[in-house]
Amino acid sequence: MMSGNALLERGGMGATFAATTTRWVVGILFVLTLLASMANLLIPQDSALHVSTYTITLLGKYLCYALLALAVDVVWGYCGVLSLGHAAFFALGGYGMGMYLMRQIGDRGVYGNPELPDFMVFLNWDALPWYWFGMDQFWFAMLMALLVPGLLAFVFGWLAFRSRVTGVYLSIMTQALTYALMLAFFRNEMGFGGNNGLTDFKDILGFSLQSDNVRVVLFATTAFMLAAAYVASHFIMSSRFGRVIVSIRDSEARTRFMGYRTENYKVWLFVYSALLAAVAGALYVPQVGIINPGEFSPINSIEVVVWVALGGRGTLYGAIIGAILVNYAKTRFTAILPDGWLFALGALFVLVTLFLPKGIAGLLAKIKPAKGSGNGDGGVAAEGASS
Amino acid sequence: MNVLPISRLCLALVLLLASSLSLGQEQAEAPAAAETEVAVQAPAESSAERVQTILQQLAEANYREKARLITTLDQLSGKEMLPLYSAMLEGELHYLPGDLSLYRVTEAGEVTSLFTQQAAASVMADELEKIRVNNSLRKQLRESIARIQLLYGDKGEREIAAATLLDNMSDESIALLQKARASEQDVDVLGLLDAGIAMYTATTSDSTAERVSAVRSLSGRLESPVRNLLTQLADKEREDDDAVRQAAASALKDIEGKIKFFELTETVFFGMSLGSVLLLAAIGLAITFGVMGVINMAHGEMIMLGAYTTYVVQLLLPQWLELSVLIAIPAAFLVSGAVGVIIERTVIRHLHGRALETLLATFGISLILQQLVRTVFSPLNRQVATPEWLSGSWVINPVFSLTYNRLAILIFALVVFVALLLIMKRTSLGLYVRAVSQNRDMAKAMGIKTERVDMMTFGLGSGIAGVAGVALSQLTNVGPNLGQSYIIDSFMVVVFGGVGNLFGTLVGAFSLGIANKFLEPATGAVLANILILVFIILFIQKRPKGLFPQKGRAAE
Amino acid sequence: MSLLDTTREVFRRDQVWPFLQEDHAPVDVSKQMILYVEGLSVSFDGFKALNDLNLYIKDGELRCLIGANGAGKTTLMDVITGKTRCDKGSVYFGQTINLLKHSEAEIAELGIGRKFQKPTVFEAHTVFDNLELALKADKGMWYTLRAALSSSDIDRIDSILDLVGLKQQRFQQAGALSHGQKQWLEIGMLLASDPRLLLIDEPVAGMTAEEGERTAELLTSLAGERTVVVVEHDMEFVRSIARHVTVLHQGSVLAEGTMDEVQNNADVRAVYLGEEA
Repeated sequence: MMSGNALLERGGMGATFAATTTRWVVGILFVLTLLASMANLLIPQDSALHVSTYTITLLGKYLCYALLALAVDVVWGYCGVLSLGHAAFFALGGYGMGMYLMRQIGDRGVYGNPELPDFMVFLNWDALPWYWFGMDQFWFAMLMALLVPGLLAFVFGWLAFRSRVTGVYLSIMTQALTYALMLAFFRNEMGFGGNNGLTDFKDILGFSLQSDNVRVVLFATTAFMLAAAYVASHFIMSSRFGRVIVSIRDSEARTRFMGYRTENYKVWLFVYSALLAAVAGALYVPQVGIINPGEFSPINSIEVVVWVALGGRGTLYGAIIGAILVNYAKTRFTAILPDGWLFALGALFVLVTLFLPKGIAGLLAKIKPAKGSGNGDGGVAAEGASS
Repeated sequence: MNVLPISRLCLALVLLLASSLSLGQEQAEAPAAAETEVAVQAPAESSAERVQTILQQLAEANYREKARLITTLDQLSGKEMLPLYSAMLEGELHYLPGDLSLYRVTEAGEVTSLFTQQAAASVMADELEKIRVNNSLRKQLRESIARIQLLYGDKGEREIAAATLLDNMSDESIALLQKARASEQDVDVLGLLDAGIAMYTATTSDSTAERVSAVRSLSGRLESPVRNLLTQLADKEREDDDAVRQAAASALKDIEGKIKFFELTETVFFGMSLGSVLLLAAIGLAITFGVMGVINMAHGEMIMLGAYTTYVVQLLLPQWLELSVLIAIPAAFLVSGAVGVIIERTVIRHLHGRALETLLATFGISLILQQLVRTVFSPLNRQVATPEWLSGSWVINPVFSLTYNRLAILIFALVVFVALLLIMKRTSLGLYVRAVSQNRDMAKAMGIKTERVDMMTFGLGSGIAGVAGVALSQLTNVGPNLGQSYIIDSFMVVVFGGVGNLFGTLVGAFSLGIANKFLEPATGAVLANILILVFIILFIQKRPKGLFPQKGRAAE
Repeated sequence: MSLLDTTREVFRRDQVWPFLQEDHAPVDVSKQMILYVEGLSVSFDGFKALNDLNLYIKDGELRCLIGANGAGKTTLMDVITGKTRCDKGSVYFGQTINLLKHSEAEIAELGIGRKFQKPTVFEAHTVFDNLELALKADKGMWYTLRAALSSSDIDRIDSILDLVGLKQQRFQQAGALSHGQKQWLEIGMLLASDPRLLLIDEPVAGMTAEEGERTAELLTSLAGERTVVVVEHDMEFVRSIARHVTVLHQGSVLAEGTMDEVQNNADVRAVYLGEEA
């Protein structure tokens, strides 16, 4: 970490601003989690202050989305790599968790088979496919939920960044990647439940997923992971590594001529981002109770991008604000005017790109101008991340 | 339903066989009855009364009797019985219980008199009783119809009739074939007739030489009865004669080779068909992406709008269904083109040079357009009718046929491609567009109104997407998600072919289409799609600028 | 070569395997030459940007490259720094290092720095951060993730800031600098990376006459310890700094020598009178 002296040397309004926001974000998350959990568990149901388990789960879901948005922001906002395929990493993480939860059902499924999940019995399979082995162990399943998306991101990034695929080409490639995975997971023969995906989960680590306590714990875990990811991302982005990343965004060729192997930087940042997305996915599945191939669909990935764009890319807190705002709006909108949501979302895409290129974070910065914001998430959101 | 005891069914069959045998003999003895029109008329007139009686008997006869009656009718009359047979075969033949007169009740419940086809206003459908047929009768009817058509039909009918006769050869049908052969002029039909005769010879002749030569003459015929027969003849357990067996085996090999070839051709055609769809979908994108560097994620929705335009045209002009597709082509071009111009003016213009932002904004537009269509037309798929002249298929031989709509789209795609190429190479708009795509600033300095060129280019690209939508409406269901399913594939085509290169798009579209169809039998459609996507992802790593990259230092 | 010979070759005791050789082997300038460019050809779409070009740069020299537009000056720099691949020819850095085998980043780490025609600084970073990134240091990821500024680093950055006159703008975002300031910042970044060989493309474009003079001074002072290759259109500037000038024309060397020699060269006069008269 940087010493206070060095911060001063850096003229660190930007750095201190970023450090302050990090403290604020972590603090808010902590207080929110504590209050919501207590309001759910301690305050009686008939009280006006009671927070229903439904709300807790909803909040947990939002936080998962916020983590996903953070992942996209790290590569897009800071490095200029517009990934339209982050839903793939999210969904793969989710499938990892889903497979574990599936194995936890045991013989309580409709067909009562102690080994095979229902859909396999239905397809007349007589043994678990090899890639399902070990998934009944929580630690192993979680390892896989991180390893598989991480590996995919590494291979994809290694191939793409080495051959210097950039800009819209890269975006389209990432979209094709998640599209291909979606098609694949729709197939029954893949052994992931095909169209219906994985669902009807019973419990996690021996505790029933239906119980309020478990719900609250899941929510709190998500909040914790989000806070941890935030702190980690803040650390990365305010290190020299982070400054190299931003340099790559603004002029990759120049960065290369300074002796930085930019493709390595990009690959590892991409892997880091994919891991964040995978964690979000793994936390998402037990809370919503289902994972299906629809999660891979390209539109999901692009939606995440608009959250980040709305919140303000290149600022970590912007991604979180954007994700929570848009998803809250979605919840409200689809309840009141289901047909109107896509209009609203579409309009949001157009309006944000046209009138709010720096997002809400940019607006906030205008209202409360923070001079000399230079690094961390103090406002590296420069225009023209693309060329 | 089928309450007839098996025994009676068998009896009926035996009788049927017997009667047809006797008929064969009679016909063989009698001079050819149907050589000329006059010859047909004469016996018909003399036996007109008998025909009338039979027709009345038909009404209340049982299945066995019906078979016998039809056999007699066959002998007595010629093609004038065709309406009777076809009505009977289709289960539309009815009679009035009072006077036993015959009527046809069409599917729509309309009553017509049997032979004149005029509406019989005096009779109500519910007064009539249906004349029932069973499977053996149907078979007999089909043969009778085939017989009539073989002798009197036009070329197409004669071919179908001959092919039907190949299905079950008998002494009777062989006589018919020989009779038809004597008067037949057409080479294709003659070939079929000869094949039938050869099949008969190959199975019934005593002379090995005759059989072998008959089998040899069958070599290269693709009709499935011929193949079945040859398979039987090549089978050790069913055929004793070595020479025949060898001849059959070699003929079979010949046929299989031919079938393989046609299967290959068919796969190529399906691939080209898919390729033509991809080409239509991608070519508009190639223009907007290649020239303006704009990723238009709403491109798929432009296609969808074109398809809905076809639907609306058919809705507004139901009387011109046959022409609707032709009307829809310019209409869709205008609709999608106009929407494209609006998008360009209101959104894309302001995002100039920010490719990723453009991508996001146009994606938002695509969501809005989809939802708009859902709200206006309903989220359900809409059926777009195919005009008569686009339905059906061109049967080249029994194992190879091309459907007209796919063929038409293939040709149409190429026409659009050539037209676009001409626009780009020969018109001043094309010149401006190329100038702008190569060096925007320089073009501007030369006095080209780049804004205007952008607008026109985007309109053109979107308009062509609309035209693609018209074509797609003839192949798939028209729904709000139509565009989405093509957008990624279109991008793949453009990226694979090389941005800014129309020929690249052409080659890209057809190679991806054909590759897809060749993979499909081995892997299934979905996996083929995935493999192609993975291939392109890898390909782009190797050649980031596609098959035909734009060259020069300006490309940096 | 037989298998045995190959094996012997592989296990020769007087040699070290390439992958065991030290990564940052210092440039071997035992023959007083730092850059060898021989028979270099590059073509774009049939257009020969470089045509069988030969160029030798002495260690510690200050060399000016001049030539009309399209003479191949920038392309030559692109090839040396690994941006453009050549069709034919060889480029050696010192006696041993084949530059054609290295990537841009590796070439930069070998000690070749480049200033672009259009100043490219990182606009989202402060002036200070720009210099920090340029500092000669480990450019690997693990290092940068934990890198902290030592006081000697800060001193070095400060002295460079002094040198390029950007002390006041220390914490300003580079995007907010004027064109001339960006030029200076880029020169400063080049200095911070402490290169052996500097390739400088049009350093005085957009500078005032006074700034140009300062630049000339700076470049002259750099030569000796480092090797400097300058591409410039401004003849006044060239005259003020150059001891040795190379004239490029249509992708190959037209003339070489002192400024006076070059100016009196018949070929050069023919070409220049034809194009610039």
